Amino acid sequence: MAGRTFAEKALARAAGVPDARAGDILDVTPDLMLSHDNSAAISQIFRETGAAQVVYPERIAITLDHAVPAPTTRHAQNHAEIREWVRQQGIAHLFEVGRGICHQVIAEEGLILPGETVLGADSHTTHAGWLGAFGAGVGRTEMAALWATGQLWMRVPDAIRITLSGRLARGVTAKDVALHILAALGPTAALYRSVEFAGDGLAGLSLDERPVLPNMMAEAGAKNAYLPPDDAVFAYLEPRRTRDYTPLYPDPDAEYVADYRFDLDSLAPQVALPEQPDHVRPVTDVIGQPVQQAFIGTCTNGRLDDLRAAAQILRGQRVRCRLIVIPASAEVMLAAAREGILDTLISAGAAIGTPGCGPCMGNHMGIPAPGEVTISTGSRNFRGRMGTPDAPVYLASPYVVAASAIWGTITDPREVLA
Amino acid sequence: MRTEHRCWVYGDNVNTDVIFPGRYTYTLREPREIAAHALEDLDPDFAPNVRPGDVIVAGANWGCGSSREQAVTALKFAGVALIIASSFARIYFRNCINQGLLPIIIPGLNTQLRTGDTLVWDREAGTISTQGGVYPIPPLPPSVQAILDAGGLLPMLQRRFRQGEP
Repeated sequence: MAGRTFAEKALARAAGVPDARAGDILDVTPDLMLSHDNSAAISQIFRETGAAQVVYPERIAITLDHAVPAPTTRHAQNHAEIREWVRQQGIAHLFEVGRGICHQVIAEEGLILPGETVLGADSHTTHAGWLGAFGAGVGRTEMAALWATGQLWMRVPDAIRITLSGRLARGVTAKDVALHILAALGPTAALYRSVEFAGDGLAGLSLDERPVLPNMMAEAGAKNAYLPPDDAVFAYLEPRRTRDYTPLYPDPDAEYVADYRFDLDSLAPQVALPEQPDHVRPVTDVIGQPVQQAFIGTCTNGRLDDLRAAAQILRGQRVRCRLIVIPASAEVMLAAAREGILDTLISAGAAIGTPGCGPCMGNHMGIPAPGEVTISTGSRNFRGRMGTPDAPVYLASPYVVAASAIWGTITDPREVLA
Repeated sequence: MRTEHRCWVYGDNVNTDVIFPGRYTYTLREPREIAAHALEDLDPDFAPNVRPGDVIVAGANWGCGSSREQAVTALKFAGVALIIASSFARIYFRNCINQGLLPIIIPGLNTQLRTGDTLVWDREAGTISTQGGVYPIPPLPPSVQAILDAGGLLPMLQRRFRQGEP
């Protein structure tokens, strides 16, 4: 009998069945149901179902993060509806304006643990795989169904394995790894699949870097993505968790439909060109491209190590284009303030925003003008993503974005670090 | 029942940001308001000219990117009867089922048609026919088909929670 993948084990656990194979359809009860500013719309659907009460108020987390603080009256009304809904239903976890981005906050709060399953009304719910959890995105109606019934059908996905070996050079990060993988896989190689990472290259990635990998596998179509949790992850969770957990690991003889290997030693900084996250080139191919705005933040790259990288580049410098920095959470912002990172960034000319998603999907706090070019640490650069269709977006690591902000043109950070 | 449908033909990797832009996601909630912005950043001709019963015929990975369900609602309330694609992004596929809009996988059909061409949907035979051929509609798992048959996930939940009500 062949072994089981992580996805097979995790979904069997979430469905309360002894075993599952790829292709099985299971009714899954997630450990956490995650939503954000879309929760008002979800509550409207919930009311239309005729259900009176959410089944598991203690398993629901709602984070106000997509447009915070409210930029318009309509956004404010949306937030007000959510607060009222949370109060009515006794929902256990509401994270207010400024607490941070949902995927970051649930990790900091210890609300999702290794081996557990989170379903989120957000396509980047794959992010939770950095803790060894199963995270998958669902639609709004499905989140309403989860609130009402506690269950949702899931097809157990086939899995692909990505083995990383070696160690990244200075100025190269997990973001460059993710972009390089997307370039190799293209936008559909992981469609409907579990992406399961392996290899000694993972241990060399900091805890702040690791989430970038499962987060960005959404851009290859992944249903979920997984990193095997190690002692560093367990130590991170120990002061945060409020319940026990059992980590899950794929069996050595688990069946994968595809196997990929990447060596980290020789990787250079990468840049995704507009308008696809997998249209990737080494930074050296796009040096000199003018940019009018640089943005460091998002669930992909708004953590402390990302801000440290930016500060390392910008210490004693002065930016020549707009630089917007938005920490992924209040915890990150506070740590950055205490380390003097915010001092360095503000002195270099950065504008610092309230923790949240910022301009990533075109809501507010840094919408480019038509014709302006942005370089961003985010995960998506589709046409119109940041608010207007004719404002191209390049994606890169915090090192590349910070270095580019100094010159107002795309710059290889290794030149600044040298 | 056999019905004829006018096609809107698109390529690969059409993402939800261009089907329904993120800048509207927390301010528009009425289906007709949402439909007015359908495909706004990809094909500005679509929303003003789409007619009830029209179908989308697209390439691989239709609906990739954000999970926003309005990228299905926008097309449904614009009158789109079917979405045919070489493949679908997974959340988009689920959102179609949940909105009661049939997603059909026919690889490469978009390369044989042009916007304005017509195709025939034969519900009994379970086929799509064009001038180039007849294509079977792949069956869905019974539990998933049941959601479509109910008209979507919301009507299915309503049946469950409103049972016994007059």
